[in-house]
Parts: sequence; C-alpha cells; structure tokens
Amino acid sequence: MNTMNVSRRRFLQSSAVAGGGLVVGFSLTGCSSAAAPLPVAATEGAWTANAFVQILPDNTVRFYTARSEMGQGVTTGLATLLGEELDVNPMQMEIRLAGVHADYVNPLFGMQGTGGSSSIRAHYLPMRQAGANTRALILQAAAQDLGVNQAALTTDNGFVISGEQRYPYSDFIDTAANLPLTDDAPLKAASAFQYIGKESLRVDAIAKSTGTAAFGLDVDIPDLHYAVVVRAPVPGAKKRAANTAAARTMPGVVDVFDISNGVAVVAESFWQAQQAAKQVEVEWEQTDLGRVDTATLLADYRAALASGEGVEEPNDGDVDASLAAAATVHEAEYWTPLLAHSPMEPMNATIRIQGDRAEMWTGIQFPFAVPAIVSRVADIPAENVQFHQTYLGGGFGRRGTINHVTEAAEIAVQSGKPIQLVWTREDDIQQGPFRPASLMRIKAGVDGSGKLVAWDARRAGGNISPDSYRTLLPAAFPWMGDSVAEGVAQMSEWYFENFATDESSIEGLFEDYDHPNTRVTHTTVDHGLPLTFWRSVGHSYTSFAKESMIDELAHAAGIDEVAFRLNNTENNPRRHNVIRVAGERMAAMNPPPGHHLGFAMHHSFATDVAEIAEVSVDNGEIRVHKVTCVVDCGQVVNPDIVRAQLEGGVIYGLTAALYGDLHLERGAIKESNFHDYPILRMDQAPEIEVVIIDSGTEPTGIGEPGLPPIAPAVANAVFKATGQRLRSLPLRLA
Amino acid sequence: MIEFTLNGHTVQTEIDPNTPLLWVVRDHFKLKGSKFGCGAGLCGACTMHVDGAAMKTCVMPISAVAGRSITTIEGLGTPEDLHPLQAAWHEHAVPQCGYCQSGQIMAAAALLDANPNPTAAEIDAAMSGNICRCGCYPRIKRAIQSVSENALAYDAMAKTGERA
Repeated sequence: MNTMNVSRRRFLQSSAVAGGGLVVGFSLTGCSSAAAPLPVAATEGAWTANAFVQILPDNTVRFYTARSEMGQGVTTGLATLLGEELDVNPMQMEIRLAGVHADYVNPLFGMQGTGGSSSIRAHYLPMRQAGANTRALILQAAAQDLGVNQAALTTDNGFVISGEQRYPYSDFIDTAANLPLTDDAPLKAASAFQYIGKESLRVDAIAKSTGTAAFGLDVDIPDLHYAVVVRAPVPGAKKRAANTAAARTMPGVVDVFDISNGVAVVAESFWQAQQAAKQVEVEWEQTDLGRVDTATLLADYRAALASGEGVEEPNDGDVDASLAAAATVHEAEYWTPLLAHSPMEPMNATIRIQGDRAEMWTGIQFPFAVPAIVSRVADIPAENVQFHQTYLGGGFGRRGTINHVTEAAEIAVQSGKPIQLVWTREDDIQQGPFRPASLMRIKAGVDGSGKLVAWDARRAGGNISPDSYRTLLPAAFPWMGDSVAEGVAQMSEWYFENFATDESSIEGLFEDYDHPNTRVTHTTVDHGLPLTFWRSVGHSYTSFAKESMIDELAHAAGIDEVAFRLNNTENNPRRHNVIRVAGERMAAMNPPPGHHLGFAMHHSFATDVAEIAEVSVDNGEIRVHKVTCVVDCGQVVNPDIVRAQLEGGVIYGLTAALYGDLHLERGAIKESNFHDYPILRMDQAPEIEVVIIDSGTEPTGIGEPGLPPIAPAVANAVFKATGQRLRSLPLRLA
Repeated sequence: MIEFTLNGHTVQTEIDPNTPLLWVVRDHFKLKGSKFGCGAGLCGACTMHVDGAAMKTCVMPISAVAGRSITTIEGLGTPEDLHPLQAAWHEHAVPQCGYCQSGQIMAAAALLDANPNPTAAEIDAAMSGNICRCGCYPRIKRAIQSVSENALAYDAMAKTGERA
C-alpha cells in the first residue's frame, strides 16, 4: 500500500539541502509526479512506510536505495543512515534499487541523479529523518496494540522491547499503516550512534562476490535480441552511404538499419551482432573534426593561450601589479590529455516496448532521464515507461550520459523486438563522451615572507557542461522540442565562450590557497568532440597544474613544500589542518634509498585531501610504492568505505597519471582496447594508507576527492628523484 | 554437438563452434556471473576455470572446451555456501562496483589451488591479468592472503563452528 500524503511530501521538500551540485539549473525532474504510485514491490501484507523502506510480515526490512550504486558504497551508506534511526542493522536489510519517482530526487540536484560526490551530503539528514519517522510510527502502533505507555517502549534492531518481551516490528505494521504520518520525529545525538561512523562491511559484497548481483548486461527477458551499433569513427559525422549486404547474411542477424547515430545490427546474440557489425561498410561525411589530430589540439590551445583572449572570471584584486611587485615569480604550462572513463561494464540498455508501454533496464546515474527519453523516441507517454535500475558496473561520470538510452529506444522502435544494446569496448574507448584535454598556464608570485600574492591562471580547451545540457535538457524538459534543446545547448556554448567561465571546466584551478589577487582566463577551443564529466571533473586536471605550480613555487622560493602550503592556507583552518597532519606523516617517513616522497593537496566536492606518494625512478620507469592519504570529509558514515573510495580514487588517478592518453588522428581516437589504453593492474598498484581526520562537521564528498592529488604528488616526487619537472600527463621522463 | 562439464554437470550444445565460451555460458546456460569486459582477453572479467586453470573465456571458442571441465563463479560457491575466497571478499569489503569480481575470484581460486601459500609477488603475477577499474587491488591482495594456507584452516574451523 502507498501511505504517501501531503505532510510527508512537505518533509521531503523542506529537507532539501541548499547548495551547488554537479548540474545546476535543472529544477524539473521530468519524471512521474509526486502523486504517482511509488515503484516499490507489491508484497502481500507489507507496509510501505515511505519511498525508502518496506517492512514485510516476516519482519524483513526492505531498503530502496535512491542513489545509483556504482561501487561508491552509497547503498551501504544510505542504509546505514536509515538504519541508525530506524534501529535496524543495515547489514540485515534486503536491498532494492529504486525506480523513478519524485520521492527519489537528489535534494542537491533537484532531480533523480547521482554524482558530484553528493549523496551522503544530500541525504545525511533526510534519510535519517525517514528512519526516525518510521520508527516513531512503529512505537506508536506498538503502544496502541500492547495497551502500554509508549514511553515504556524501546527498540533493538528490528524489535520493540516492552519489559522482558521482544516483538518484531512486523507485529505492528497493520496498525502503523493506519496512523497519521509523523514528519519530525527527533533524531539521535551523534554520541548515541551505533552504526554511523562505526566499522562495518558492505551490504552488497556477498552478491558481488558470488556473481549474483545483477548488472545491466545480465538482464534477460523472453525473445531478447541484441544490438550493436556501427558509429562514425569521427564522433558526430553523419552517414553518407552504407553497404550492409554482407552483414545481413551473417549467422543470427535478423535486421540491419539506420538509426540517428549510425547503423544498428540486430542479432540473436551479442556475439553474432558484433561479428556482423564488423562487416558493415559505411562512408561517413567529412567534418571539421576529421581534420584534427592531437597535435592540432595542442597547437590550437597554445595559440589560444598566447592570444591573451578569453573570459576572465574570477578577476579579483590587481594581478598584474602584484606580480610586478612579487619577490619570486614563476610561470609554467601544463598539458593533460583526452581520456575515456572505461567502466568495466560496457555501456548497455535493455528495452521492451509493447503497445503504448515500455520497460527499460539499465544502470544509470540519471534515472529521471529514462522515461523522458524513451517517451520522446517511442512516442508513448512517459508515465507508461517503467525504469528498472541495475547495479552499475562502474560509473565515473560515464553513466551520467544517456546516449545509450536513446540508441536502445530507437532500435527497439524500428525492430519491434525486445532489445539489449551493447557497446563494445572499442565503442567505449573511441566514441566518448570524453574527459577534455587541457592546456593550462599558471603564473604566480610570492612575497619575501613566502606568502602567495598573485595567481594568474589560464586554461584553453573545450567546455564540459554544454554537452551535458545537450543530452539532459530533452529529458529534463519533456515539452522542449529537440531543436529548442539544441538551441539552448548552443547558447550555453556561446555563453561560456564569451561571458563566463564554465565552473566544471576550471574548478580547482585557483581556489585552494590564500592569494589576494586572483585571475582566471579561460579560452574556449572546441573542436567538436563530445565531452562530459569524468571522475572529479575539472579537478581531475586542474589539480595537476595547481599542485605542480605550488611545488615549483616553493622550490623557487627556497621554502619547504609543506611549510609553503601551511603558510598559504591560514584562512582555511580545515585545509590547513589536513596539510599539517599529512606533513607530520611525511616528516616521520623514512623511505628506503632511491625512494622519494612527493606531496600534494587538493580541495574538491567540499572535502580536503592531502596525499604523499613514495616513488622510485628506475631506467626511466616511474614506480609508485606507497601512497598515504589524509582526508577530512566531515562526519564519516562508514570509515571503511571512505578508505575504499580514497584507495579507488588514487588508483583511478594513477592510471591517468601514468598511462591515460587518447590520441586523435583525423578526428578519430587511435586507441581501441586495454592493450593500447592500459589500466593500472595489481602488480603496479601501490600500498595505500588512509588517515581520516574526525572533525565532526557535516559530511562532505568522498567518491571523487581522492583522485585529484595523486598525479601532482607523483610528479612532485619524480622531480625530487630526477630533477625533471614533468608538466604533461601521462608522466613520461625525458 | 559439443559436450563438456559445466559446474559438475555434463552439458551439450549445438551452437556455432566459434562462439566464445563466455557467451555460451551466459546466453545458453544462463549463468550471468561471468562478465564481458573487453572481448579481447585483456581484462579478465570473463575468467573461468578450464580443467582447473584460470582462462579468459571471451576469446576461447566453445570448440576448444569439448570434453573439458568448466567451473564458473556460480560453481565456486553461493551466497548460502560461500567459498572461503568469497567469504574473504565480504570480510575485507573488497568489491566496489563488483563487475570484475567474479573474474578476480576465479583467478584467485586457481592461484590458491595451485599454490596455497603464495608470496605477494606471486599474487601480483597471478592477478595481473584481471583489471579492476574501481581500484580494489589492495583489498583483493589482502583477501587472498587471508585465505592462504594457514588461514584457510582457520576459516574452515570458523565455518564449522569449532572456533569459539
């Protein structure tokens, strides 16, 4: 049954946390209205207390995770928040992945999405409140059913305690279901926490260790057919002509046809579709991007920086005068390449359209987009589209895009069959959307006391946000025509080229240190490659420029690198403290001969992280032996998942620091699979130690902040080892 | 017709003999625990045991396994009856996204079957064919070490309740 009413909706709205997010500016969800029934399992006798929790007659507590589980541990985190106040051990809950509903909106985004290391920040209070409200109703129902004073009752892990008696919560769900909802049950004091902040395991580890966790690729429905799409090697190029005759004769092939993004091959199995797709010959139209090589990118970015043109934002104080007066001035240029996300699970979506109804199964960071997009493509009402979330075999921002949803819907409409669309690994690496390449130049000045006085930073490259608008706008605003959505996206491109910096593209380039005179000049150079968010977004490259420059400045001024950072973060006590703790750790380290320590600190997603990399260089090979991370992310919900996210962030970032490099040749990506786009493997992985500073403040992000410091920490260690300043990623010794 | 043993059961298939073992197991025998990651034998998400050895099955034609014995993650253990490595994966909170973990566990199981007490370098060597994009390597290594020879006996005692 659905017990939602107006007061609970008001609670969910009023508990929305104000503040920025990954995507700002969307206020409509595009999904079913708040009055729509909750997409929860219908179980005989179960009580649906709210969108997040059902209690079954056998006292099973079923938890619906509103945020997408892509490995970051959010399901465990949210279950812990709910369980803390509901008084149910999260490890005993039955986990369900939520469908699309207004009640599952991310309060930080205003839509149902997961990203920007936002989930624990966004839900820290709302999820606890949902648990507390549910427990309050159970206690009230128990007092009524047992005929005792509610004050005499307490709870213990799913049981109501009355004197010597223990009653399962489920004894009272029929009564609780008929009570008026509570929306302001008191929350526990932090000192009373039994799950939050305590060492515990993951709720999804057994399923993920036994092959029983269902990912999008594991979805199987009757008469399922499989589709592979032949897309332009130069992203965005349109088809001029195609020869599909050979593909049509291949075993298992049932259909070959055009879709908006290429040629779709539909077969009885994925493997057959993949073999047949190799036989499709397509002539693609020539586009401007088709004349662009990696060297073109670099040359065009360099010319853009040299032009001095661009948007200046921020521009605080008098940068030029303070640089002229500085005791030490240093300037350097940094290059970071194009990257693919390469989640281990290739992109996929499964769809079944029957009459004016459709179902889609996919693991996605923005579930709200699925009904809207399928509705647009298949011309059926959005409320007739049922979305089934799966586990995400890695996200990293890649699953915040929706081109696979559009493609799968187009193919299902044309083929008339249930379809599973699968991107090959080659598609994944070559088609994007990509982390943009960047050329950054920083000129900074230090006074005689070692204080930063001026910070003059420039970046040239493509902007990250417009392509996200381009893909998400049609989903966010179902009434908006395709041409209007494209117009808005183009307007955002024009706006970021001419009037304001795209925050996602420059974040992290200038914010972390105290310098009274600060200027960022951004020159947009857009060659037309599709771009998107990649784990830690702008921070993934700005940290390399900023923290290398800080290290270079300290060296130029003859100041210890930690002392220099401490001296220039006095206005930010939390960041200052993270540097201090990490600096003390580094001072106490005693690396073996030939090993060198590099330091870096970066603030992202409201969290401060410092990292110390122990590195050796042998015959030109950079080897990272150990990384020590010091983090302040406020109140920790699950310490081991905080550690895991830093470990993962370091290793994801090390792949980029040591290997990650996509090359454009005439507009096409040269690399194709893991042999030429290598990913860090176990024998190259460092030991990683994580030090968590318990500052007791509100929780801040953890899925991404571990990544930005690692590349500069390694580069700074390489400088100590070799005297070479490596200012390009991936790091390559001369 | 090709006949082979799948998780202890004799099975037959008349599928195109070029079809990779991975897809036969996933599509025809509906065991979805083994994953597709690269299709080129580069990432290890598809790792199964072929006559006890860890093999990349996305590039192994089904014709090559005629008469041989295949074990998948489903044959190693179940949520109700975990293999010691699966229990260790849980206890060390190894998985993040989890997509690669079937392959990781199968590679680790083959290693321990052949070498019950591997050194850290031997673990690195045996596991380096399996990519984990989430970066679970330090935990994978710790989990394997916890199940190495001495620990195995300890875990087995715990499982049968002999350890208080």
